[in-house]
Formats: sequence, structure tokens, C-alpha cells
Amino acid sequence: MPKSSKVAAPAQPAGTAESGASVRLSVRKTYKLYIGGKFPRSESGRTFVVDGDNVALASRKDARDAVVAARAAQPGWAGATAYNRGQVLYRVAEMVEARRAEFAALGVAAGELDAVIDRWVWYAGWADKIAQVTGGANPVAGPFFNISAPEPTGVVAVVAPPTLLGLVSVIAPAVVTGNTAVVLAADPQIAITLAEAFATSDVPGGVVNVLTGRYAETAPWLAAHADVNALDLTGVESAELAAELERAAAGTLKRVLRPPAGGADFTADPGLRPMTALLETKTVWHPKGF
Amino acid sequence: MFEYAPAPESRSVVDIADSYGLFIDGEFRAPADGDAFKTINPASEEVLAEVATAGPEDVDRAVAAARRAFPAWSALPGAERSKYLFRIARIIQERSRELAVLESLDNGKPIKETRDVDLPLVAAHFFYYAGWADKLAYAGFGPDPRPIGVAGQVIPWNFPLLMLAWKVAPALATGNTVVLKPAETTPLSALFFADVCRQAELPPGVVNIVTGAGDTGAYLVAHPDVDKVAFTGSTEVGREIARTVAGTGKRLTLELGGKAANIVFDDAPIDQAVEGIVDGIFFNQGHVCCAGSRLLVQESVADHLMDSLKRRMATLRVGDPLDKNTDVGAINSAAQLARIRELSEIGAQEGAERWSPPCELPERGFWFAPTVFTGVTQAHRIAREEIFGPVLSVLTFRTPAEAIEKANNTPYGLSAGVWTEKGSRILAVADKLRAGVIWANTFNKFDPASPFGGYKESGYGREGGRHGLEAYLA
Repeated sequence: MPKSSKVAAPAQPAGTAESGASVRLSVRKTYKLYIGGKFPRSESGRTFVVDGDNVALASRKDARDAVVAARAAQPGWAGATAYNRGQVLYRVAEMVEARRAEFAALGVAAGELDAVIDRWVWYAGWADKIAQVTGGANPVAGPFFNISAPEPTGVVAVVAPPTLLGLVSVIAPAVVTGNTAVVLAADPQIAITLAEAFATSDVPGGVVNVLTGRYAETAPWLAAHADVNALDLTGVESAELAAELERAAAGTLKRVLRPPAGGADFTADPGLRPMTALLETKTVWHPKGF
Repeated sequence: MFEYAPAPESRSVVDIADSYGLFIDGEFRAPADGDAFKTINPASEEVLAEVATAGPEDVDRAVAAARRAFPAWSALPGAERSKYLFRIARIIQERSRELAVLESLDNGKPIKETRDVDLPLVAAHFFYYAGWADKLAYAGFGPDPRPIGVAGQVIPWNFPLLMLAWKVAPALATGNTVVLKPAETTPLSALFFADVCRQAELPPGVVNIVTGAGDTGAYLVAHPDVDKVAFTGSTEVGREIARTVAGTGKRLTLELGGKAANIVFDDAPIDQAVEGIVDGIFFNQGHVCCAGSRLLVQESVADHLMDSLKRRMATLRVGDPLDKNTDVGAINSAAQLARIRELSEIGAQEGAERWSPPCELPERGFWFAPTVFTGVTQAHRIAREEIFGPVLSVLTFRTPAEAIEKANNTPYGLSAGVWTEKGSRILAVADKLRAGVIWANTFNKFDPASPFGGYKESGYGREGGRHGLEAYLA
């Protein structure tokens, strides 16, 4: 039985129930991919069944299309003011809050949902603060103005962990600083429902792209893709596959976030590392003089 | 060009032994299988010394020594580690003339540069990181920053002692122990540094030096008891190291190649820009990963700028590295000279126009005259590949957007230069350039407080400044 039908139906208007309470068929959701702000089916036409729902099974071509969308969106997103990015991410928290019932129906516990929403808010606040914490003036020995500032590394491919809190904990730090992401989701229904929150939150199309399916099939293409700058392997369970993906990433010297040793604890304070691992430091020198 | 009488620096300030062993656990020892190689002076091809080749067994011993030294070194109060590094900085200052001459002999770079750039920066780097050793909790990497363990470090031949300082100083300040492999063609200053460590009474095993070629580096990088790998060198080798390290959990930082754009706008002060262009590509014989090897000139000032640049290039003095008048020294090795020659020939074959000033080159040794190519397009190999020599490729542009597009049209992203009198243009262009270091109205400036490192295929991680600590903290 599709999970979506677990959502309680609203009460029927009075006077329409004479012929029995269960005549109305619920309208089911079609779970598709999320690429460039749209919800396309897989170009391959493939689906797989999850809890009775037919879910799009992303292909290599879908992964490449998602990279194109992410690359196209990146300069605009990075060029938006940090204040603006922070507000957009805060808006995501609002939209997730509004979808609590839907996430609950997908099996996300109330406590986890609280943590998910609070994490969005936490990261939203970082948008216009991370540069001050990780950058600043450098006291060089000479008549120069010298300043370092973080910049997004570009397009990040993410193998996401299965829980909603895990998913949010890898997407938010990637995009808050101006990167765009191609996310290989583990739980398709949760991920696509989150994508619906993005689609209604002023997150520009292409900033987050979500592919559902088998990451073991799509991740190697992203790991070797020459237009991907970084690879987050947090959701990879097999050490062997993680090593293989890291080797593939070496071909273009991608920044790689390895799966956390001993498993990730997403309830802990994430610290700065999830953000700084996907940032470059740019240092600018200029002479001082009259 | 003015005639100058030669002003040679004295060789007698440095005493080079006939042969050197490996520095492991605080003493020099012979390699397990007795293999050795010769290091030569590239300006004369004279053999300077015979140096041990470290094989797998030697690398094993060096890593074991570093591992044994790690618990005590990392447990030392930061203030104590700090004082060791201050001692090292002071000893380098005291021995800087000797080390400068040594570096010029083994590398071929002019004494003016080793004396005024390399050695002062080496000392400054140790001085800078010495002060961090007891302040790590304030560095922004969490309340209880811990060292990683044994660091395996592989460095290039272009700035031998400076690259050693960039690697060793932050590693020791953070409580790691190191095994360092200097480049095959420039091992001597690292071996002299071993003596600096001895003078500073650094505990045995905290710094180990293994000499050799690529094989020695490969053993070190792949060694299972190395926790952290740091490499400076070519992008090709960097990729190989990243593959080797994949799946091992070792931490890795890479500082790799570059093909920096040096962008000159029509309102730039041309004479200053010319100085910056010359410094950008002819400093250190162009053996600089962040060299300004692609000059992008706005079309309207290109002719004027090229006239000035050629005039200035004609005054560069190429020759004896130990002569204090020398601007451009010897190419570091026969292999590097062959590569520079090959790419330069390809540049001419592909249709770019080649020019060098009249320039008398010494008969012995490895030499290459400062060279500029005009009429270069983005498709030319001399515009795409790192030459790592005194060869400048000149391209033109009409609009700022075109300049940015061309500057970023490379897999590298280490550095870039911008020349314009307009402040807002500097800031806007600097924002758009995908490179780790941007020099505006200057070029090739370095400082221990200033983070250095690349975007894209120029590698990852930063060396220098507070940022440089991160690579050595768990």
C-alpha cells in the first residue's frame, strides 16, 4: 500500500456520505526526479517500486543533466547576497515545518523533524557569517592589504544518507555557501518530498537536484565527471565502493568528503567542517601606497 | 645594458660533504641497500655530493622513527614545542648566508633571490608557526585540536628549503612528526636542515629526511603507518597520489601546477605592470607553480606594453647564480630544460611568434633565455600546459568579460594577477577569477601569514596562515 494513502483523508462535507464513507479515491503522488527546478521522469523511462509507489530510477544521463543544471545555477546562487541565501534557506525551514504531516506519514519521527527544521534554521544563519569566521585580513610583512575569503567550490555531488536529518545535514552545508548540489537520495519519497519544499521556497532551480535510484549505479559517473568539483560520500555504506569513488574523483582532483569513520551522528553539533570542506580560500593582495 | 663587473658571492661559506646518508631518528645513516645518486650544480654540471637513495626498508625505518617520536612530541606542552620552532627559526637566520649559497649551488637560482626571498621567508615561516604551537585552541578548529600523527611530506625542487619550511613548520607546531622527502635534484638544503634540527636539539625522530627519486616518494606516500600526506609538485603526480591515498583514510593536501593569467587592463600603470610581468614569469627561472605564464593584455595597449616588456627583458642578466648581479639563473635540470625546449618548439610550430632578447648563455650547465610568445591563442599548448620555465605566452582581450573567460579557461586555479588603476574593477575581477591567490597590481608575493593554495586541479588545502594549520589537525 502506498505510504501516501496513509495520510488521513479530510472529513467529507456533510451530506455527501450517504452512499458510504470510502467511495472517494485518494490522489496519489508521482515520485519523479528533481532537476533544474522541475520534476522530470527519468530519461531512461525506468522506475522501481518503493512501498508500492513507482519511483523514478535515475540513469547516467539523468546524472549528467543534473550536473548541467547545477553548473548553470551555480554562478547566480553564489552571486546572490549571503543575506538572500540565508533568507531562502530559512524559507525552506518554513516549508518543511508546513509539511510535518506529510513527513510524519513517511515515517519521520516528530523529534527528528524538529531537529531537521532546527538544522535548516541553523545553517540559514551561517550564510552571512561563515566568511567572517573563516576569512579575514592577514598581517603580512610588507605594505600590502591582504585578505582571505571563502568561496564555494562549485558543483558538489552528494551520496546522501537515508534519514531526513542525514539528508538535510549534507545538503544544507553544501548550498548555504553558494555551491549547487546533485544529490543521490537513499529514501526517494522523503527526498522528493523535501525537493517539493525547495521548489516552493525560492531556491532557484538547479541549486539542489535530487536523483532517486541506485547510487552505486550513478555515483561512479559523478565521481569521474569533469564538471563536478567535490564529492560527498557521507551516505556510502560500503568501504570498497567509497574507495573506488575516491579513486575516480582523483582523476580531476575533486575535493572528497569521506564517509565518517564509525558512522555519522547527525544529532551532534556538525561544527564547521561540513561547510569548510566545500569551500575554497581566495587570498587577494594589493599594495598600499600614496 | 650597463656593464657590471662580476660580484660573486663566496662559495667558501658552505662546506658540502662528499656524501650524505639518510637522516633517521636523529642521526645520519647509510641506506639499507647502499644505493646513492649524485646531485649536481645545474649552472656548471659539477657534482656537489653523493646522496643516499632511500628504499622501502629505509622509508620503513624513518616512518617507524617518526611513529616512536610521536607520543612524546605530541604530548609536549605547546609552549615547549613552540620554543623548539623558535630555535629553528633563529638558527636559520644565523646560518642564512650559508644556506642561501648552498641553495643557489644545488638549485641554480640566483643568490639575490635565495638571499633576499627564500631564506628570509624560511625563517619567517618557522617563526610564524612557532607562535601557533601553544595557541591552537584559539585557531577555530574546535576547542581541543589534536595532531594527526606521522606526516609523509614530498616537496619539489623549485624552492627546496622554503617548501620544506611550508611543510615542516605547521606539522611540528601542531604536534605531528614528519618524514620528508626532498626532490631528487635538490636534496642538500633538506640535509643541512637536518643539522639545524640537531643544533636545535629537536628530539630524535621528530623530523626524518629520506632522499631519493620518485620511487622513494611513492613508498612514503603509500606507507601504511603514515597518517597524513602533503605533496607539492606536478598535477600529474598529485593525481597519482590522490589515487594511492583513496580508501586508506589518510589525510591529504596537494599543492600542484598552475597556468596563471596575468591580466593587464588599458588603464594599468604600464611600467609597474611590466615589472610585475617580468617578476611573474622570470622570477626563479619561471620554476614557479603560481608563475604568471599567460599574459592577457587589453588589445588597445598591447603594442605599447610589448615594446616596454621587450626593452625590460633585454636588461635581464642571465648567468652565474652566485653573481649578485644575476637576475635569471640556471634551469634546474637537464630534464626540465628538455621540457622547456620541447614546449617552446611546439609553440613556434603551432604558429605563435617567439622572441628572446640577445643573451649570451654560459657554455656549461642548463640555460634557457627569457622567452616571450605573441599571437598565442587559447588552443595553443603553450597557453594550456604548464611549461615551468622562463617562457611567457601573450594573449589579448577586448572586454573585462573576455579577460575573465580566458583567465578561467584552464583546469588549473592556483593564482592570477590583475593590473588596473580602477579599484572597483580589481575587486570585481578578483571575485570572478577562480584561483586561490590573486595579486592585484603586484605579483609573486608570499608571506607566512597569507594562505596559499589552489582551486580546481591546482590541488586542495592551504599552506600558510591560520588556514595552514587545518591540514595537520585531526
